[in-house]
Amino acid sequence: MPKLSIDGREVSVRDGTTVIQAAEKLGIFVPRYCYHPGLSIAGNCRICLVEVEKFPKLQIACNTPVTEGMVVHTNNEKAEGGRRVVLEFLLANHPLDCPVCDQSGECDLQNFYLNFGLYDPRFREQKVKKHKAVALGPHVMLDQERCILCSRCVRFTDEITKTGEFGIFNRGDHAELGIYPGSELNNRYSANVVDICPVGALTERDFRFKARVWYLSSAPTVCNGCAQGCNMDLHYVLDRPHLNDGARVVRVKPRYNPDVNQWWLCDEGRYGFGWIDRARLVKVLSRDGEVAAAWEQALAAIAGALKGGRIGVIASAQLTNEELFLIREIFWRALGAQVSASVPVKPGSCDDFLIQADKNPNTFGATLLGLAGPDAPTAAQIVDEALAGDLDVLWVMDHDLVELFGEEKVRGLSEKVGLFVFSGTNENATVPLAHWVLPSAAYVEKDGTFVNFKGRVQRIGRAFPPLQDSREDWRILLELAGKLGLPLDWQSPEKIFLALAKAAPPFEGLSYEAIGAQGVRVAVAP
Amino acid sequence: MAVRVVRRHELTFWEKIYIPQILCGLKITFTHFFRNLFLHTAHLVGRFKNVPASVTIQYPEELRPLMSRFRSRHRLTLREDHTPRCVGCMLCETVCPAKCITIVPAEHPDPNIEKYPIRFDIDLGVCVYCGYCVEVCPEDAIRMDTGILDVAAYSREAMRLDIHELMDPGLRKPVSRCNLKFPHKCGLNGGEMKGSWDAPRP
Repeated sequence: MPKLSIDGREVSVRDGTTVIQAAEKLGIFVPRYCYHPGLSIAGNCRICLVEVEKFPKLQIACNTPVTEGMVVHTNNEKAEGGRRVVLEFLLANHPLDCPVCDQSGECDLQNFYLNFGLYDPRFREQKVKKHKAVALGPHVMLDQERCILCSRCVRFTDEITKTGEFGIFNRGDHAELGIYPGSELNNRYSANVVDICPVGALTERDFRFKARVWYLSSAPTVCNGCAQGCNMDLHYVLDRPHLNDGARVVRVKPRYNPDVNQWWLCDEGRYGFGWIDRARLVKVLSRDGEVAAAWEQALAAIAGALKGGRIGVIASAQLTNEELFLIREIFWRALGAQVSASVPVKPGSCDDFLIQADKNPNTFGATLLGLAGPDAPTAAQIVDEALAGDLDVLWVMDHDLVELFGEEKVRGLSEKVGLFVFSGTNENATVPLAHWVLPSAAYVEKDGTFVNFKGRVQRIGRAFPPLQDSREDWRILLELAGKLGLPLDWQSPEKIFLALAKAAPPFEGLSYEAIGAQGVRVAVAP
Repeated sequence: MAVRVVRRHELTFWEKIYIPQILCGLKITFTHFFRNLFLHTAHLVGRFKNVPASVTIQYPEELRPLMSRFRSRHRLTLREDHTPRCVGCMLCETVCPAKCITIVPAEHPDPNIEKYPIRFDIDLGVCVYCGYCVEVCPEDAIRMDTGILDVAAYSREAMRLDIHELMDPGLRKPVSRCNLKFPHKCGLNGGEMKGSWDAPRP
């Protein structure tokens, strides 16, 4: 355990630690372009220069291992002077694209120039011209002039995805980033190179010109694309509807979580947010065709039919634990309904890194609450019972039954069952066949928790309010409970979760505070 | 807060009897009237040229000269091929304190020009004429030098300038036809895209 001093503060770290990591431990930020904690050390950008006493020259913090008694200065005159000169070299051939560059506003060249650059440019020569706006693959756009050759993307495709598309070609100031001839940057994690690119050389094609980054608000959430539950930040714009055709969610960025996704996110999850603003259900519809009905009317009618009826509920593993708990309490415990969240899964692709075959974010949560798994009935059983005329009420949440069981069967359901309720976020083929359609909020419009396939409870958080008339599922269920005269008087997902933690042993002792930003493991191993 | 009592000015006897004050006012009016009548007539026959008479500008036939830095209605400056110089960086939209600028950028076919606005609206009913948009523009693409002051319309909608009126300050509402050759969204075609880069440009 070598002990060293950085900017006058003592810290002891493990053997083999580098100066930049030791500084990080003290909360001291050393500027970096090529260094990334998830990648190997290249040490080629030279911006992380620090002064180490008794060394004749400035050292790069990312590749200098600590030694006993080392004295490091990260921001004195000498270190900053060195960094200023390095920055001047990096910017020598950098084009003046900032106004039209999508990275502008979150660019480390801009940030560091304003932090310690602020020199008067001395470069009077012609800048080297390279290729601009080169589409490398379905998601990534390359601008070779903006590249500072830090090689983060090269190392990412070499070490993380092991696909090796990127290379740095030519020499001197003609060195340029590119992909090997004949290849395409189309691996399943390709857009991560955009996140790790410290400048505007690699930008997202999907986000291209949609908004300036300073228009974006950010909310922490969890991906609902598969059972992995990668942590991410949702970037959205609410006050400029002319951008992005009025869609609120503009892009998604991974959020660091050492136990789930580290720094990465797959492309499937990253570009899977379109449904939040497209083809949404926003009005309550009643069975007499496309008549928009009021919530009050709909819930009263449904509650009337629920009393004393034989009920089947096909819940969804897209719902939060809180909502599944309410479904269990209301339909299963109080009304004695058949409830299932195990629905025939469409075959999904998977790999050994982040992508899971189960495309639902909360299958494990549903299993813990007894709504899925070996003991619970399956959706197919409930549909068969309904077709046999054994059910008076069928409530389907989110699922497109037409896709799962075929249109003929669902048409039969619509005729056989006394009341066929659909609640969900988006239009699908089942919606026109339902007797009541209740629009529910997308998962980013409500608070709650998911349990990923490893049993980690993670909070999804609420980014913005539900669209138009749609309501959060937990609110719909609580109002229905009120109409049925059930004594459930929780007011928020947080209160529901506390009750859930009391009622379900795997969640014992948990609360939103305990879950925090990074989630915790539930008591049971999967 | 301390209350300060302000006493009203009490009228004197001389003011209260009214007629003398009227006569005082009329004296000022008639002084100007006869002075200007005399001086304008004298100027006509070439006398007293060095004594100025008061001047009335016959607006709107006659316009007052404007200072060169005066901020009048906006315009978008053009490239040689009659497309806007604007690169759609949205800095003006960002800096606008009244939030009256609406820009939608898109990809430009020329790789040397990264992007350009397919929609550029300024709502003059909201604009405060601060000139920040001109100040912030890195391309000198927007200016407030048209000299147009009489911005008036019968509806709020008509106060909204779209890319046609901004590119050609001579145009006045209603703009009758869409003559821009590059793809853009404007009020004339219901916000739908019109124009094409393939069409021959003027």
